[in-house]
Amino acid sequence: MTEARIERTELPEPRYEFGGDDHVFVELDEAMSFDANFQAMAITQQIGERDIEGIVEICPANASYMIRFDPDVIRPDAMVDELREIAAETDIEEYSWKTRIVDVPVLFQDPWTHETLMEFRDRHQDPDATDLEYSARINGLDGAEEFIDAFVGAPHMTTMVGFVPGLPWCFQMVPRSEQLEVPKYEQPRTNTPSRAVGFGGAFSVIYPVQGAGGYQLYGRTPIEVLDADQRLPDFQESIVFPNPGDILNYRPIDRDEYDAVREEVEAGTYEYTTAAVEFSPEEFFETPHEYNEEITEVLYR
Amino acid sequence: MITVLDGGISTTVQDLGRFGQYHIGMPPSGAMDLFSHEVANALVGNDSEAATVEMTYGGADLRFEGDAVVALAGAEMPARVDGDEIPTHEAVRVESGQKLETDFTTTGARTYLAVAGGIDVPEVMGSKSTYTLVGIGGHEGRTLEEGDELAIGENGVDREAVIGNSAPEARLRDFEEIDSVRIVVGLCDYRLTDESRERLCEIDWKVTPEADRVGYRLEGPELEFVEREQPFGAGTDPSNVVDVGYPIGSIQLPQKPIVLMRDAVTGGGYATVATVISTDRDLLAQVRTHQTVRFDAVTVDEALEAREAAQADLDAIRDALE
Repeated sequence: MTEARIERTELPEPRYEFGGDDHVFVELDEAMSFDANFQAMAITQQIGERDIEGIVEICPANASYMIRFDPDVIRPDAMVDELREIAAETDIEEYSWKTRIVDVPVLFQDPWTHETLMEFRDRHQDPDATDLEYSARINGLDGAEEFIDAFVGAPHMTTMVGFVPGLPWCFQMVPRSEQLEVPKYEQPRTNTPSRAVGFGGAFSVIYPVQGAGGYQLYGRTPIEVLDADQRLPDFQESIVFPNPGDILNYRPIDRDEYDAVREEVEAGTYEYTTAAVEFSPEEFFETPHEYNEEITEVLYR
Repeated sequence: MITVLDGGISTTVQDLGRFGQYHIGMPPSGAMDLFSHEVANALVGNDSEAATVEMTYGGADLRFEGDAVVALAGAEMPARVDGDEIPTHEAVRVESGQKLETDFTTTGARTYLAVAGGIDVPEVMGSKSTYTLVGIGGHEGRTLEEGDELAIGENGVDREAVIGNSAPEARLRDFEEIDSVRIVVGLCDYRLTDESRERLCEIDWKVTPEADRVGYRLEGPELEFVEREQPFGAGTDPSNVVDVGYPIGSIQLPQKPIVLMRDAVTGGGYATVATVISTDRDLLAQVRTHQTVRFDAVTVDEALEAREAAQADLDAIRDALE
């Protein structure tokens, strides 16, 4: 394990762009980095706290954020002025936020995603390998097992939720030199099993519902990220489980555990294993591996 | 109570939309053509918030199990009550036991049926709108089917007094004449070559059959991206960016453009290059499959003027009904 710290990324001047007359899109960087994402989180939290009249939606994204507003209440130019002012006053170094770390059991190389990925080999960069074998090779790792080890070796932070309700985009909490990166499928699949765990660009995702998708497929989790009927106790307040800022810890499980968890989920009794974390970007940047170990220990204590 | 005899092609209960949930991936939903939804409500004396029935191309056939006052607004959709034709954009009486039948729209794509008192379905996350992908809102979270029963709400309006209300034609939209929608260029348009950015507004884009409440997929020549070494996390395709939130109305370019509509996917990694202005999203919702449409680039100020003009039309329609 390297002792590398997370190198700070100098962000360019943010770009403020209008989405028609009722959205502002703010690009903090064209590339992904913790700095860009934490800046997006910190600013959007500040915007939320200020309770600005006319704001309809506050959406943090990976290296950007978006605001939807009512132009009858606040004019687009005035909206941008407010955002600039908030950005100028937000410094992530002085910032920490309350979040949670979540245990996400995953059955890697499961039969369902395997069947799907084999069905769509003709849309893949490497039709003769599985998605895991391909991902391992292009990341210079020795086979599927070693790739899975790297994938679960450190938790992933939810840097954005969207596409469809409940889909978390997660960025692994390791220095850049250790980060995995893979292309998406050459042509998107028309099918993906629900709860499939995938990876594309530098982001892991969990597909909430069955549907199209272009990320490399590695496994399937027995737990839900979307429960429209709110049957499970952890969905009492919202039909989706992940929130931006959540830290997901993927944990490999075997088929027996998968089936046992699945049974509980279907019975509506499964309770997610989570722990509260006061997340400090500065501490995380300083000694990421140590920091990750500390917060994961709290989870399984 | 209304009994659905035939659900039509894609008929859903909608209102102004569901807000405050975009950050968890929940699009606003709501009427695709909000202007027509509001006109329909105004005709029968409802507030804008009341839920209407959105009918797409082929309307639904309904039987009223009690006296009601209804109005159709939006796309021209021939309709009959027990065989007698009824006008669009006018509040009419329907008696208990009578059937409302509709034919295919002759111009436009979506017609709104308002009932005095509103369609009474439970609110989910602050809205009565249907979002079919996860099955929430409206009637059981889905499109209407034969046998469904819809309750009608109460709003205290004197139903007799609104019968015969009709909207001044000069303030209504002529869907036959939609040949362009206005856009504000921006977001990640730096990904396009200068030539392609210009072409975006010069091309007649054809609406493909894949045009629904999630998005309008358009057919046309391929646009080109500026070549670059992809930034970390963006993915390898030149159209990829590090995943961003997508504004409603934004045009993304996975190759051929997709304009995101009210049940949009809320974010992703395709470059978005422009956004249809709020007023003209209503118009685009009325453009039919195989029709062509152009994009007309305007400034944000011009978009605001268009919004004010639409609001003035709505106000004039409401004033005419008082």
